Amino acid sequence: MKTSGLIIVSTLFVISFLAPYLVPHSPLEINLDRRLEGPNEIYPLGTDHLGRCLLSRLIDGTRRSIGIAVLTQAIALTIGISVGMLSGYWGGRLDFLLMRLVDLTLAFPSLILSLAIISLLGPGIQNAMIAFALVHWAFYARLVRGLVIEVKERKFIEAAVAIGVSPSRMILRHYLPNIFSSILVLASLDTGRVIFALSSLGFLGLGAQPPIPEWGAMLNEGRLLIATAPHLMLFPGLAILITVMGFNLIGEASMWRRKDVSIFHSERMLS
Amino acid sequence: MLSYLGKRFLFLIPLWLGISLIVFLFLQLTPGDPAEILLRKEGIEPTREAIEAVRRKMGLDDPPYLQYGRWIWKVVHLDLGNSYRTGEPVAKELFTRLPATLELTFASFFLMVLLSLSAGILSAMKAYGRFDRMGIALAIFGASIPSFWLGLLLIYLFSVKLGWFPVMGRGSLIHLILPALTLGFGTAVIQARLLRTSLGEVLRKDFIRVAMAKGLRRGRILLRHALPNALLPLLTTFGVVLGRLLGGAVIVETIFSWPGLGRLAVEAILQRDYPVIQGYVLLTAFIFVLINLCVDVGYRLLDPRIELGR
Repeated sequence: MKTSGLIIVSTLFVISFLAPYLVPHSPLEINLDRRLEGPNEIYPLGTDHLGRCLLSRLIDGTRRSIGIAVLTQAIALTIGISVGMLSGYWGGRLDFLLMRLVDLTLAFPSLILSLAIISLLGPGIQNAMIAFALVHWAFYARLVRGLVIEVKERKFIEAAVAIGVSPSRMILRHYLPNIFSSILVLASLDTGRVIFALSSLGFLGLGAQPPIPEWGAMLNEGRLLIATAPHLMLFPGLAILITVMGFNLIGEASMWRRKDVSIFHSERMLS
Repeated sequence: MLSYLGKRFLFLIPLWLGISLIVFLFLQLTPGDPAEILLRKEGIEPTREAIEAVRRKMGLDDPPYLQYGRWIWKVVHLDLGNSYRTGEPVAKELFTRLPATLELTFASFFLMVLLSLSAGILSAMKAYGRFDRMGIALAIFGASIPSFWLGLLLIYLFSVKLGWFPVMGRGSLIHLILPALTLGFGTAVIQARLLRTSLGEVLRKDFIRVAMAKGLRRGRILLRHALPNALLPLLTTFGVVLGRLLGGAVIVETIFSWPGLGRLAVEAILQRDYPVIQGYVLLTAFIFVLINLCVDVGYRLLDPRIELGR
């Protein structure tokens, strides 16, 4: 199971890196003479309502969908790790305040809070990423805080405290390296969910805007033509399914080995 | 019990205040001067003097805490302002849309419980059997399939090709089936897995062995002895699940043109109707927190091992 997940995900990464060389046509090239064609010899997956090559758009979309997900994760992780670290390291009143902020963020259903932030910033791919990261960080903050508090008990931290290591060095050299691998594993497993969420926003017309070939936005364009050109909604959806499934397969397999992953994973699958 | 309930409600107050503070901040951050918007709506030239007069009248120059207090007072009295688009009170718009969303959410919740119960029990009956392994595959599939795609596939198959169900709209029970299935499917398969795991654990307990030794029938052991115990841990997830359904309703309502809150919110965002968005966020967060409280209380009621006092 883990192998198949790894194969899917690594293939997708290869596709996204090689996208410019793999596309048979330009993903943005409009050809009004060949609109809404089904799969044929020239266009392997057919064309959309503007005669653009669907396969090329899907391949290019791989790059965008995975790219924006990774970037969003990076923003969310940066905020989450900073807040969680401060909270776990200093404790006391700061910890209390920051954790209440986390509670508050998690008190909203996550899609709904993202919607609210997007409404302030306006629709668009960048804003969708910011909005999602501003909601998503809270999960990581809580997680990092837990890990930091766990590490705090260990002997080497005691030793570091005893020899008077400065707080900044303590955080960067002693805490961070010890929690980073766990966080990174969890975050990479979570990437499927991020792709999912960002494509939902694209689908609602609030994320990536046309003509950007993002999978969710493509589905949104295709859905109005469901009766005449079902291939337009079939393939982008399949692409999302396969991608998210790849990440989930890896997650599911790791779940049997590590308890921390397991708890996090099942919680995230539901929310 | 009563004192426990009272305590829980008291704990809700700071949470709700926090939520309202965030929503209030949101309101402050919305682009555009409310005084200017009001003037333009009434067809008055927004000169500097006119804006200043209206700002003073609306109390927009007062210190923020005063404005917050005044705003909260209005919210408590269900005065959420008027929609920029329709001019109707936001509270009225929200409450006309709320039943449709609740109908959809509860229908899919019901469907989810039904599906996950039967699938969970079937796969636990024969652990690692064919059905059980299929369940694992289905769970990963269900967690990975985007609801908006599932909805489109269902529409294509059952409405466009077979013509069994109406494509969109709300009305009779038949309108409800596809949207509810779209919304509930993802959670149902995951819940089925959780139930299967939890049932598997309970079935290894001593009291089950005793029941088997007594010679009780398998079906009876499963349903009467194991199931109630296995369901308890699932109950804690119901809060999260309902939150997911409420959020997912936004997408499903868009696909099926379901006249609920979610569609109202998406329309409002696309047209920058801030009072409606603000009301929507406030209302859903309120419901979400309330649901979580109910789940917590229900859990403690059903499981007497958990101390009520805490």
